[in-house]
Amino acid sequence: MSEDITTPSRQDTVTQPAIPRSRTDLLRSGFGRNLGLVVALVLLCLVGIATAGDTFATGANVLTILRLAAVIGVVSVGMTFVITGGGIDLSVGAMVALASVWATTLATQQLAADYHWIFMVSTALAVGAACGLVNGLLVAYGKIVPFVATLAMLASARGLAEIISDRKTQIITVGSFEDFFGGSLIGVPVLVWIFLLVAAAGWVLLNRTTFGRRTFAVGGNAEAARLAGIKVQRHTVALYVLAGLCCGIAAVMLMARTTTGSSTHGQLYELDAIAAVVIGGTLLSGGRGTIVGTVFGVLIFTTLNNVFTLNNLSISAQSVARGAIIVVAVLLQQRLARRTTGT
Amino acid sequence: MTDLLNMMGIVKEFPGVRALDGVDLDVRAGEVHCLLGQNGAGKSTLIRVLTGAHQPDAGMIRINDEPVQLNSPTAAIQRGIAAIYQELDLVPDLTVAENIFLGHEPSRYGFSRIHEANTKARAILQGLGHAEIPTHRTVGSLPAAGQQVVSMARALSRDARLIVMDEPSAVLDPEEVSNLFRVIRGLTDRGVAVVYISHRLEEIREIGDRVTVLKDGATVATGLDARQTPTKELIQLMTGRSIEYVFPPRTEVRAAAPVVLEVVDLSRPGEFAGIGFEVRAGEILGLAGLVGSGRSEVLETVYGARRAATGFVRVDGAVLRPGRVQDAVKAGVGLAPEERKSQALLLDEAVFKNITVSTLGRFASTGFLNNRAEREAASKLAVALDVRPAGVDQPVRNLSGGNQQKVVLARWLLRDCRVLLLDEPTRGVDVGARSEIYALIRELASNGVAIVLVSSEVPEVLGLSDRVVVLREGRAVHTGPAQEIDEHQVLDLVMEGSI
Repeated sequence: MSEDITTPSRQDTVTQPAIPRSRTDLLRSGFGRNLGLVVALVLLCLVGIATAGDTFATGANVLTILRLAAVIGVVSVGMTFVITGGGIDLSVGAMVALASVWATTLATQQLAADYHWIFMVSTALAVGAACGLVNGLLVAYGKIVPFVATLAMLASARGLAEIISDRKTQIITVGSFEDFFGGSLIGVPVLVWIFLLVAAAGWVLLNRTTFGRRTFAVGGNAEAARLAGIKVQRHTVALYVLAGLCCGIAAVMLMARTTTGSSTHGQLYELDAIAAVVIGGTLLSGGRGTIVGTVFGVLIFTTLNNVFTLNNLSISAQSVARGAIIVVAVLLQQRLARRTTGT
Repeated sequence: MTDLLNMMGIVKEFPGVRALDGVDLDVRAGEVHCLLGQNGAGKSTLIRVLTGAHQPDAGMIRINDEPVQLNSPTAAIQRGIAAIYQELDLVPDLTVAENIFLGHEPSRYGFSRIHEANTKARAILQGLGHAEIPTHRTVGSLPAAGQQVVSMARALSRDARLIVMDEPSAVLDPEEVSNLFRVIRGLTDRGVAVVYISHRLEEIREIGDRVTVLKDGATVATGLDARQTPTKELIQLMTGRSIEYVFPPRTEVRAAAPVVLEVVDLSRPGEFAGIGFEVRAGEILGLAGLVGSGRSEVLETVYGARRAATGFVRVDGAVLRPGRVQDAVKAGVGLAPEERKSQALLLDEAVFKNITVSTLGRFASTGFLNNRAEREAASKLAVALDVRPAGVDQPVRNLSGGNQQKVVLARWLLRDCRVLLLDEPTRGVDVGARSEIYALIRELASNGVAIVLVSSEVPEVLGLSDRVVVLREGRAVHTGPAQEIDEHQVLDLVMEGSI
């Protein structure tokens, strides 16, 4: 999977001496941009092998990393769309919590037990999408800045989750649900399959459809998009609904992994997701975004956690390392952007 | 009397254009020196050089006979030069006193002395004859005229000896203007020199002492008596170009050609009122007027980017819902906006994506884009319009102004527009490429597109249009065939309101 197709094709640029071809050109192409992330991930793995080789480089551990990455990965794909479209969504963690609680209430579970687990899944998706819709309407038509609108959703969605669950962890008793989502397909956990599916669908949507192209336009220059006849407000709503939907999917995955629904699920997911999106190369100011980069960003952070955990280092040390990675990644990106813009 | 300021042979070049080509300006202490010139004559660039925002490539600046280098705005302020721009550079949420002393607040050990600032501010305002402005009010709550006074007070708080005023009357009522003049006279009585830029000749007659006229980046006359010099002579000096643009020959608009665009009694309070016109297929209608005459606002309202208060727009006989860009686009209206970079282009995106952004649906089936078809269609247009450098995959940012404009035109060509609204189509386009754009616009018209053209350059409007509407302060003061009116008459109309 590469984003090469959207960047200048080689034969075109060769016939144009006016465009400088240089090392930075290569780095700027989708391949080059992701190359840095691949190198970072490989380095991280080498550190893991060196410090905890016997436990790190096992098939079981790789699956653990992927399973952990899957949930936050799905959230980050949704976040990539919102950020590329010029917004931000701080409420993703709270939406995951609310969706997980709503999908595991006694009533929903009863329904699922009587008929099919699909009722739990569709509840989670509907709750996520509905929260996203509220976010989108507030931002696009209420003209509330995204930071504030989604901050409000963060507070109220988690509060609502606490009310519904009475702050109790809701255990999932529907066996068929656990069987399906806890299982594996060709040796790969279903959760990881879902992540791959969502990432692939996100990549196609962003790079191959009119929806994706309009997302870049709205995020890059909303005024120009409006004057070009794009329905900017409606599009903005759709982006937040998409992010909410991803949170619903993530909630289902988290329910499967923990076999619970809880108002404490998804704590600080917003920070993890934004960090993964940003180090992946998506511009926080909008207009430029990459799903492949986001996937790598998620993998880097999850692997980092894994390496630290295997070496019995504290969560606090992990946080420091994570902060350092974000700063270094963004500094590198900015330098690259300055050199390639050239003005 | 010795001169306070001497500027000699100032040259300033930007890539592709020589904005100033040997400008001389002498200003005496205590006089109001008026700067006249058409758009693009170099007034703003000259002011930027004087206030240290631009460095001249050649020439000499002397203050009190002493050669100076104004290599930053701070350096200019220290030399006693201050400027008051049309868009006032005040902080709306700070108080009057805080704004006046912004950057040099009275303080002791780092603590600001609010009381002292207020007292001093009050003294300065009193000196300007505006003691009634409360120094503790936030500037944002003052009317435009009050803000202007605060701006002047700020200049005086820095001991400015020369104040540049860029169209200060544009935002004021007639009554406020006479107030402004009283303040200016107070300043000159104290030996402060004022460089006054305005398009309104009657103001120059009233307040000015001497006039310098700029044309095409050079001084064509200096030291003219502001009261005695005949209007005819001033306009003569401002007009007539050293560079003649090549306009394509007009093609006869058939009388039977259908009216495509109809604008009826369009108004927006404070911007324009009662604007109405018709454009036939194949016709170019020009809107001429000064900055602030409402020309761009009219265009944006026709497009639906602004919502009309009264009146309506009809395309091919069907009324467009007001304030709905998508309706206009659907009806076949396209806009090439004034601020190309901020309003039309996605600068970091490829040329072809910029061309197809309004027609995406055509290259998609069930939402999936056919990249190749998209690129091919865009390439065809890029070649037809001769966009250089060739190749539709490079980011638009790499193109020159003229080629960026072609990309915007290509976007609407791809849509088969019925109506094209062009706002300053040659702004930032260098002289060589202009004729190309002109030819392109004319060709579009001969293919049956109805075109409305807005430009601040009168020769452009007259040379390219079939018919002209002259706007002054939001009202149409003249409508007629472009060939029956000349540049002088248009300037008379926009500056004095009559021929």
